[in-house]
Amino acid sequence: MSEERKVALVTGATRGIGRAIATALAESGFFVVGTATSEKGAQAISEALGASGTGVVMNVAEDESVAATLKSIGEQHGAPLVLVNNAGITRDNLMLRMKADEWSDVINTNLNSLYRVTKACLKGMTKARWGRVINISSVVGTMGNAGQANYAAAKGGVEGFTRALARELGSRNITVNSVAPGFIQTDMTDALPEAQRATLLGEIPLGRLGSADEVASAVNWLASDGGGYVTGTTVHVNGGMFTG
Amino acid sequence: MSSIEERVQKIIVEQLGVKPEDVKPASSFVEDLGADSLDTVELVMALEEEFETEIPDEEAEKISTVQAAVDYIKAHG
Repeated sequence: MSEERKVALVTGATRGIGRAIATALAESGFFVVGTATSEKGAQAISEALGASGTGVVMNVAEDESVAATLKSIGEQHGAPLVLVNNAGITRDNLMLRMKADEWSDVINTNLNSLYRVTKACLKGMTKARWGRVINISSVVGTMGNAGQANYAAAKGGVEGFTRALARELGSRNITVNSVAPGFIQTDMTDALPEAQRATLLGEIPLGRLGSADEVASAVNWLASDGGGYVTGTTVHVNGGMFTG
Repeated sequence: MSSIEERVQKIIVEQLGVKPEDVKPASSFVEDLGADSLDTVELVMALEEEFETEIPDEEAEKISTVQAAVDYIKAHG
């Protein structure tokens, strides 16, 4: 029954990495609530998760949406004790051409969302004296990438947020970590031109793109009891393209 | 029905893990009962829940003793 299972909230669970994370956590025994921005997306999540979870409509970029959804999740399933902040967007452009809304949309959806969603989940975690906050960052947050100043700024911010919150909440047995994927086979990377793709692969020691499942596996480990002594860090899943 | 004093005391005992006899009206959460800043925030949240009220941040900052908590609840609960 869901009362006995810990609830895990995964934002942006319709596709790609988010979907893989939702599936992995469900297989590990969590009751997974996956968020989508559309009713259709939420339904697809519900169908994919079956009895081990459900999909809900939530826009991480909007205060009201997050507040209302978290309230209803708490009432229906219980407070999430695992939070995976995964939802994100890209609006790539060279800085000289970047529009103000390309900057602010990315910062709002990828970074300000962490304020909204994480804050709404912390009360439940501090009460339970157990919690896992796992933020999906990006190798770009550490390395940078031309054309992604907005995205890199947001992801760098995510990692700073991770370190600060880990210190703040350690005494409540809540761990806070980031997982930073490199180039992962998703709709986002499928859209890359072939030449750019070849150049990219040349920079990855493992010589291939990663899979969403390989990212999900790192998240799953951090959420598990076995990952309980890891906090305030960034786990890089990037085939060696950045080695710190 | 327990008095406000008793309900406040119970919450403090649960939240801070202190003995009931140590929770005196003049006790300061931080100085006498060993609360850290996160404890005091959690304590205020627990009071809000128990008494079904919302305590604004600027008021919450003033609630630093057992008596201050009781007084606030009596005035606003």
